[in-house]
Amino acid sequence: MKQEEVNFALNDQFNQSMIPGRFARAMRTCKIWQFIRFMILNIKMIIVVRKSH
Amino acid sequence: MARLVVLGGGVAGHTTATFAAKWLGKEHEVVVVTPNAKWNWIPSNIWVGVGEMSKEEVTFDLAPVYEKAGITFKQAKAVSINPEGKEGADKPFVTIEYTGQGKAGESEEVTYDYIVNATGPKLNFGATPGLGEGSQIGENTVSVCTADHAVHANQELRKIFEKAAKGEKQKILVGTGHGMCTCQGAAFEYIFNIEHEARKAGVRDNLEIKWISNESFLGDFGMGGLHMKVGGYVVSSRIFTESLFAERGVEYITGAHVSKVEKGKVDYELLDGSTGEEPFDFAMLIPPFAGVGLKAYNKAGEDITDTVFAPNGFMKVDADYTPKPYEEWKASDWPRKYQNPTYSNMFAAGIAFAPPHIISKPMKSANGTPINPTPPRTGMPSGIIGKAVAHSVCDLIQNGANAHLHEASMAEMGAACVASAGKGWMDGQAAAMTVYPVVPDYEKYPGTGRDTDYTFGEIGLAGHWIKHILHYLFIYKAKLKPGWTLIPE
Ligand SMILES: Cc1cc2nc3c(=O)[nH]c(=O)nc-3n(C[C@H](O)[C@H](O)[C@H](O)COP(=O)(O)OP(=O)(O)OC[C@H]3O[C@@H](n4cnc5c(N)ncnc54)[C@H](O)[C@@H]3O)c2cc1C
Repeated sequence: MKQEEVNFALNDQFNQSMIPGRFARAMRTCKIWQFIRFMILNIKMIIVVRKSH
Repeated sequence: MARLVVLGGGVAGHTTATFAAKWLGKEHEVVVVTPNAKWNWIPSNIWVGVGEMSKEEVTFDLAPVYEKAGITFKQAKAVSINPEGKEGADKPFVTIEYTGQGKAGESEEVTYDYIVNATGPKLNFGATPGLGEGSQIGENTVSVCTADHAVHANQELRKIFEKAAKGEKQKILVGTGHGMCTCQGAAFEYIFNIEHEARKAGVRDNLEIKWISNESFLGDFGMGGLHMKVGGYVVSSRIFTESLFAERGVEYITGAHVSKVEKGKVDYELLDGSTGEEPFDFAMLIPPFAGVGLKAYNKAGEDITDTVFAPNGFMKVDADYTPKPYEEWKASDWPRKYQNPTYSNMFAAGIAFAPPHIISKPMKSANGTPINPTPPRTGMPSGIIGKAVAHSVCDLIQNGANAHLHEASMAEMGAACVASAGKGWMDGQAAAMTVYPVVPDYEKYPGTGRDTDYTFGEIGLAGHWIKHILHYLFIYKAKLKPGWTLIPE
């Protein structure tokens, strides 16, 4: 069984939700991709902060 | 010379006092009354609660900072306010009781021209039998609401991890300890940090980790949930949150009012009226919040607490408190200036102001028990409100009673929320979210109540980096180090 499928089998709560696969999980801690996300997230947050003041 | 007294030196009060002192200069006096000698960056208590940070890393001494800023610091708690003064003296005053500075237990009347109530929440552990007494936590559960609580929580968690390492199955329960709690975000962060630490320690397989919450669905967070842009879709926070729980193998009970806590067990009631029990070896349950219990008296010494404060103990401000059904709630019900309607020299900031109503859809169990989250007032709104109030008071002092008051409605401001799901520069994760506005405005944004261009969320290491950098940034700002005013709230 693929790792993401293990929890689907545990109960109905989990079975009816979406669980990230290997690629999506790897991207979450991929340093290069996360550095790019870091820059984008900061820009987006600064926009929200500026709109709020 | 005018005197501004700020009650509470937390996120909102510290922001108000430090900006007011900067803007008013030496011509006027700013006094802070707060019971703790140390300032605490509360969001990082989560990491203290899993042993990833020490108490010293999340706190610092207030006295030298206030001395540098020219702020008079009284380590005391406010007890009552006399907004009309007393017989023979017209000047309004606040009665305080010292908790330190060598005067513990002594009372003093501090007169003011303007007062800002930023006393935050009373941690109302006493609301649930077995959770605690009054504002004191009991022996059955732990908390991460204060740095000391978090140190204790980590000590208890280590015992659980030790048993799990020896092969004993252990059950961890995290969530809310009452049907009317807020601050689900903090419990959310704690449960995923425990899960992360358990995997790092190699004990995850021996831990059953379960969530119990008064939210009617996962991802409500006291804001009625939110719709955000994720991967090209606009999705409900419910889907986003359920996915994380499923991925990390954390089961959940939602729509639950914890009615009783005993050693190793909670009793709860669900929205459908059914009841249940959940055993645990370790539980962290957030208490409900109430106002800190300040009293108010008029000139004749009569109790006017009901005039100044709402029944939940939070201070009345310029909100529309008329009771009305959910369908008629409007963004304009929310306060803009945080000025008390009876006494115009009195303001409230942060958690201390009384919201007009909750944000989530009100729910009752089949037995009539209210089970719904109360509105969150997180760090960013608390700071922004604190600064707006400082601005207003400074303008009133410097330009006179007709000065324009600054506005900061939660229905017009967003919030950046970074919820840690595990600490580590290389393997940490956090859900980085923004929501705009905090209070949904269905007249302006008829679909979801919010602007989906500015409401988004994603989980990853980048979120953790932001969370960790914010820890240093906000402590730097709170210490008033060079350039502190450039760091936004
Ligand atoms: C564990 C935890 C994690 C959190 N994480 C986040 C997060 O990641 N992001 C986020 O945005 N928000 C987070 N929050 C919420 C955030 O901490 C609050 O929004 C913020 O602290 C509210 O600011 P405040 O000034 O209103 O109250 P507080 O910061 O609580 O300050 C109130 C102050 O008043 C003082 N006081 C109490 N009684 C009296 C009295 N009688 N007289 C005088 N002073 C008094 C208190 O000692 C305290 O210093 C978290 C909260 C908790 C508990």
